[in-house]
Amino acid sequence: MTDARKPWVKPSIVMHRSGMVNKFGSVQRSQWQDQLAGVSVAALVEEHGSPLFVISEQKLRDNARHLLHAFATRYPSVRYAWSYKTNYLGAVCRALHQEGAWAEVVSGFEYEKARSLGVPGNEIVFNGPHKTRSSLERAIAEGARIQVDHLDELYLIESIARETGRRVPIGIRLNYETGYTENWSRFGFNVESGQAMDAAWRIANSDSLELKWLHSHIGTFVLDHRAYGAAARIVAGFMNDVEQKTGCEIDAIDIGGGFASHNALQGIYLPPEQVVPSLDQYAEEVCTPLLEATYERVARGRPLPTLILETGRAVVDDAESLITTVVANKKMPDGRRCVIVDAGVNVLFTAFWYNHQITPTRDLTGAPEETVIYGPLCMNIDVIRKSILLPPVRTGDTLIVSPVGAYNNTQWLQFIEYRPRVVLVHGEAEVSVVRERETLATVTELEQLPPHLAPTDHDGQSPDPSR
Amino acid sequence: MSELQFSEESLLPDAATLERLALSSSGFLFDPVSGHSFTLNETGRDILKILQETRDLKALKQQLSDEYDLDSSTLDRDLLEFLGSVRDQLRRP
Repeated sequence: MTDARKPWVKPSIVMHRSGMVNKFGSVQRSQWQDQLAGVSVAALVEEHGSPLFVISEQKLRDNARHLLHAFATRYPSVRYAWSYKTNYLGAVCRALHQEGAWAEVVSGFEYEKARSLGVPGNEIVFNGPHKTRSSLERAIAEGARIQVDHLDELYLIESIARETGRRVPIGIRLNYETGYTENWSRFGFNVESGQAMDAAWRIANSDSLELKWLHSHIGTFVLDHRAYGAAARIVAGFMNDVEQKTGCEIDAIDIGGGFASHNALQGIYLPPEQVVPSLDQYAEEVCTPLLEATYERVARGRPLPTLILETGRAVVDDAESLITTVVANKKMPDGRRCVIVDAGVNVLFTAFWYNHQITPTRDLTGAPEETVIYGPLCMNIDVIRKSILLPPVRTGDTLIVSPVGAYNNTQWLQFIEYRPRVVLVHGEAEVSVVRERETLATVTELEQLPPHLAPTDHDGQSPDPSR
Repeated sequence: MSELQFSEESLLPDAATLERLALSSSGFLFDPVSGHSFTLNETGRDILKILQETRDLKALKQQLSDEYDLDSSTLDRDLLEFLGSVRDQLRRP
């Protein structure tokens, strides 16, 4: 005889509150998905555990192609450099290098990693305010594209160039007011104050340096695409000016990164679909002023400067998701429901500034309630979502957190919990582990215990008070 | 010295409160004293309906076990939380 009893749904009572109506409409019926990149979430968790990062190689490649298409259809000479700090998992970097991307690195470590992944020095853009002498020596010897952040670095490169008898082509990073974003004046040389032109003069007067590139990076998650129009106009204007005044010949303009992904920044009321510009909008803003500013130079028979992009977030963010499992339900004294999951802010650093999308993996029944989602850490700051309308969930239910591809696999911490596995879905729904879950050995590998602190057979006994 | 005792009775909203509540079949609940209204999901609605008929925890558990597919520890855990929540919400001014 079959059991005709109804399925049990956690009972709930939600008080109606006036003045809290969403003017954009009523609560939508909960959406759910039980697959990621064509692979069953349940099967992924069974084989690889929870929490689990899942990357779609196809989505990553599609995003890179979309970016290049948006720019290359508007400007004839475009080069893409993958921003390592956004996600330097080897599998992510290699997939993008196979798509033709150079590497954009900001430290000696990232430079070494790019080289170990087979990127030749002359396809590495070396940025950042801290480049050690040894990393600069290697980068210069290997022909990397160094973009100078400050005068001390300029003088250091010049001394290495003299010692090695080389003439080193370099770029300088510019900072300036776009009128749309706050100027990140801590990086590079300021245009308005004349600092950037002074640096260009200094380079022009050096017997071992040559100014070949201009770099700028106006910010991060820049939602106003007009900022890029202003940036392109200012950098192209500076290029024309500096060539005329110092006689240098600029062959590349690097516009940096900062394009927003389809994530929801905390404090922004409208959803990403309504506020995040498309890659075509960003491309239009950058390419139109560049073409206008280079019209004369093309007429004189000089080639267009190559446009270099360092887009990170907008390429990788929605190519990766995090599966997490509900470990407990609680009721807060103020009536809100709270759900504890097994992934915390130690692996989901971006939860500090995004309201990530949370998608159930089964059709949840029951009325949605205001819910706080906490991570597993014994720390008050471990909040994955401060407030989300969610129907009741059971322990063992899985949730998909997305998009999480940007900055989590680089800024995550081994803190309290081990970091989980990362898998890549590729080909016909094949799954490969691209980073193993941590173990005690991973965490203690670099530690050393002085002999007098080493565990002994007497451990666990009360200490001798006479000692 | 009196022994502290946990009374199952104390889990339930009091009889007068249960009696005055207006509960619709769609799960809409109205408390005419506080003026507050609430939405109950299907399970929550069934629980309050049973309690309005018989304010007896044992009978409530038996009836829910007959109607729903669940084990007794899930039932105990979810009732403990839900009845606490109901008592708390109905107490609010």
